[in-house]
Formats: sequence, C-alpha cells, structure tokens
Amino acid sequence: MLQALSQLSWPWGLTLGYLFLMLVLPLAALITKSSTLGWAEFWRIATDPLALSAYEVTFVTALLAALVNGVMGTLTAWVLVRYAFPGKKLLEGLIDLPFALPTAVAGLTLATVYSSNGWIGSLLAPLGIRIAFTRLGVGVAMLFISFPFVVRTVQPVLQELEPDVEEAAWSLGASRWQTFRRVVLPQILPAILTGVALGFSRAVGEYGSIVIIAASIPFQDLIAAVLVIQRLEQYDYAGATVIGTVMLVISFLLLAVINLLQGWASRHET
Amino acid sequence: MKPREVAPPASPWLAGLLIGIVLLYVGLLIGIPLVNVFYQAFREGIPTFFQHLGEREFLSAARLTLLTALVVVPLNTLFGLCAALALARRRFPGRALLLSLIDLPFSISPVVAGLMLVLIFGRQGWLGSWNLRVLFAFPGIVLATAFITLPFVVREVLPVLEETGTEEEEAAKTLGANFWQIFWRITLPNIRWGLLYGVILTNARAMGEFGAVAVVSGNIVGRTQTLPLFVEDAYRSYATGSAYAAAVVLSLLAVVTLVAKELLERGSPSRRIF
Repeated sequence: MLQALSQLSWPWGLTLGYLFLMLVLPLAALITKSSTLGWAEFWRIATDPLALSAYEVTFVTALLAALVNGVMGTLTAWVLVRYAFPGKKLLEGLIDLPFALPTAVAGLTLATVYSSNGWIGSLLAPLGIRIAFTRLGVGVAMLFISFPFVVRTVQPVLQELEPDVEEAAWSLGASRWQTFRRVVLPQILPAILTGVALGFSRAVGEYGSIVIIAASIPFQDLIAAVLVIQRLEQYDYAGATVIGTVMLVISFLLLAVINLLQGWASRHET
Repeated sequence: MKPREVAPPASPWLAGLLIGIVLLYVGLLIGIPLVNVFYQAFREGIPTFFQHLGEREFLSAARLTLLTALVVVPLNTLFGLCAALALARRRFPGRALLLSLIDLPFSISPVVAGLMLVLIFGRQGWLGSWNLRVLFAFPGIVLATAFITLPFVVREVLPVLEETGTEEEEAAKTLGANFWQIFWRITLPNIRWGLLYGVILTNARAMGEFGAVAVVSGNIVGRTQTLPLFVEDAYRSYATGSAYAAAVVLSLLAVVTLVAKELLERGSPSRRIF
C-alpha cells in the first residue's frame, strides 16, 4: 500500500504543482488586483457607461447568436440524423470547422465575405444592410464560432431516441409538427439548452474573429474583450482588471448553469 | 450512420426543404468563408502565393508558432497524462472541483487569461520588479498558450482510463511488473488513441491561439508575432495577399485536425472536439 502510494505521488505532485502555477496563481493575481481597488472604486469602473455598453453589445449579441444557433443547430442535427442526402459527409466536416479554424482566419475571411464589396455583403449592400464593421458583423462572427455546440450536443441524443413514442403519437393522429413538439422536443430540450449555454459562453469570450470583423467603435460595436485590451494599451490596469473580473465572474456563473443543465440532460437520458 | 425508419413517414417535400435550409445556412456561415480563404490566397496565381510564403515576416511568424507548439504540446501532454492518471484512479472530496478547475480555460475569455499573466509579470505586477522578461517575449507566449490548451489532453485521456478500469494493471502488478513496465505495456497502449487526439487538439489550438497571445506578446513584427497575429497585422496594413497566404497555412492545419478526428472516430463513439 505504502509502495503504491509512493508510486502514485509524483504524478499527483506534478499535477497539483502545474495547476497551481498555471491556473491558481494567475486567477489569484486577477482577484487580488481587483480587491485592492475597494468596492466603491470597483463598482464605479465596472458600471462606467462605456463598460456598460460593451457588456450590452457582448452579452445581448452573444445571446441572440446562441439562440439563433439553438434553432439552426437543432435543425442541422435533425437533418443529419433523420435524412440521407448527397454531401452529408461534407456537411459533417464543415460543422466542426469553427472549432478547428484559428479565430484570426475566421475573422479575416468573414470580414472579407461580409464586407460591402464581398461575395455575400455585396448582395446585401443594395438593401442598405452593412454587416462587416457593424454590430451585425459581431453577430455573424459569434454565429460562426458558436454554431457547432448545439449540433454536437443534440445529435447524440436525437440518435438514441426510441422511435416507439413517436410512432404511437403519429398513429393516434398527431400531426408531424405535434409529434415533434410534444414528443421529440421535450426529450432533446435539455441538450439544446446545454448547447445554447456552451455557445453563449464561447461567444461572450471570443476576441480574435470579432476584433477583425468589427470596427470597435465605442457605444456601437465595441465588445468587452476588446475594451479590456484597449484599457491595457492605455496602461489602465485597474480598468482592464475590473472589466476582466466582471467577465470572469460571468463565465463562472455560466459554467454553473451549464453544469446544472448537463446534470438535467443526463438524468433525462436514463 | 444510416437514417432510421421512423414514423411519421419521411415526407420528401419537407425533407428537401429542411435540408435546403441547413445547407444554405452552413454554406453562408462556414462553406463560403472557407472557400474564400483559398480563393483570395490563390487569386493572383500560385507563384504569388509562394512568394508571400517566402516573406521574412511570414517565415519568422511561422517559426515562432512552431516553436511555441513545440514547447507547449509536450508540456501539456505530460501534465495531461499525469493529471488523468492521478484523477482516474481515485475518488476523493474535491475531485469534481479539481476537474472544473482544469476545465476553466475553456470558459475563460482568452483575453482575460492574457490579462492575468500581465498582472503577474507586467511592470506593475506581482513579479514586475524582478524584471523577468516574460511579457513581450517568448516565455509569455508559451505561458499564455499553455494556459489556453491545458484541458485538452486530460479531457481526452481521463474518460478512456475510467472506461478501461484497472484490472489489467492489477494483474500485471501481481505478476511482478513495476510502474514503468505497467505504464509502457498496458496503460499507454490502452489510451493511445485518446492521447493522440488530445495531442492533436492541443496542437491545433496552440498554433491558432490569438486573444491570449495578443495580450502578452506585444506583437513585435519579426520577434513576438505568431502566425495568427501576423494574419491580423497583414490584413490591417492592407497586405491582403500575405494575410490570406498565412490564413491558408492555418486553414490546412484545421483541415488536418478535422481529418484526424474523423480517422480516430472510426469504430469508436463520437469524440468531442470542445
């Protein structure tokens, strides 16, 4: 027993030491820096009008993007599980691309394609819709990076669904839509919400693609992550720290929500 | 996987409509932007493309990105293996907390991760007076990248270890094998595919990381500019050709990662990529 313990103790030591150096120390640096400011000062910086508008641009846009992807991701998972069609393999591959593609590349190509002389942007420009370098551009970048989450959380659940209940509902005279809404949807809802929360959390923290596609004009399309960097560039460490801490706290809250949703989803499956 | 026969019977009209909507959405959001990367890069011909790849700024950015991955990937692989081995074999209070701590870099904004390092190593930071030359230099880029990519190997190896259990290892132990014999002959072969996938994901993210590196590197051309930072810088200075040439290189990295995922997925359950 003692021998087994001594054999295992160095992986433990390495794990805890590395975690302490890499994660705990940086977190502690952020938290202590915030706490030295004092509550009144912290609150003043955290609720300054520019910061409030940056939160609003970040969180509202991210929420809208995550919700749109909640619908489109569910639809995509449905199409992948239930139908066979040419190009399905290619579609499967494209879905994961936002995970694997470096975000600077995503920002670069989205900014080009959706600019007013780009392939897609030029079709919308005559209608008076500008996407790149506006808040809509921020939304497109967030749609891009949060798209895979819902598909990949819903798809396995949809795959495991037992067909008998659907068949029963259908044979009892429910319409296609009723069968989906009353039978399928309640079973996949926890997975959809988990995917939406994951996508939202990712979109809130995104920087690379947005800084390229947005014009980052204060009160228009300036997101919180860009504001943190701007504060740092002005050597305003207090400002950067406060806004960074607000983002960190919100990520923690989101993480808790995601854990609850995942717990709910796994209870649902069994 | 073959689509199952499920009542209500598939209506070809509805199926066509839904498939059309999905293809249109994914095409607009992902397909066309991906094609655009290659179109823009090769628009002025293949020789121009390779000319961009020969530029000094590109080469030094590519070298820095490779070097960073060369340090970060082994570091996080070693840590990931240790952590997975330690966590798979024990149940103890606080285990769930430790696991969520390991997952933290997935949910923290990369910019905030970079900020934390500035607060430690910056001039006004904890170790600022030590003059360590971490920020605006290679060590800072490595630390930021290691922070962001820390969870991948643990997250891929841990479930495999939990699933295989300890029976084989215990059998080996009773037969007199020592720790390293057990590790090389039993544990490692059992986890090799999960480990490989974790390493591939770590590498992809390490080479593509932007936000955290942007905060700590200072983006000094030719010295602390990684490939993703080069893409942004070139785009902003209207060197679109160079930006897209570098973007093609990074896109190929993404494609290789996805192909590897596809290959490793054969015959085993679907892998998470996040």
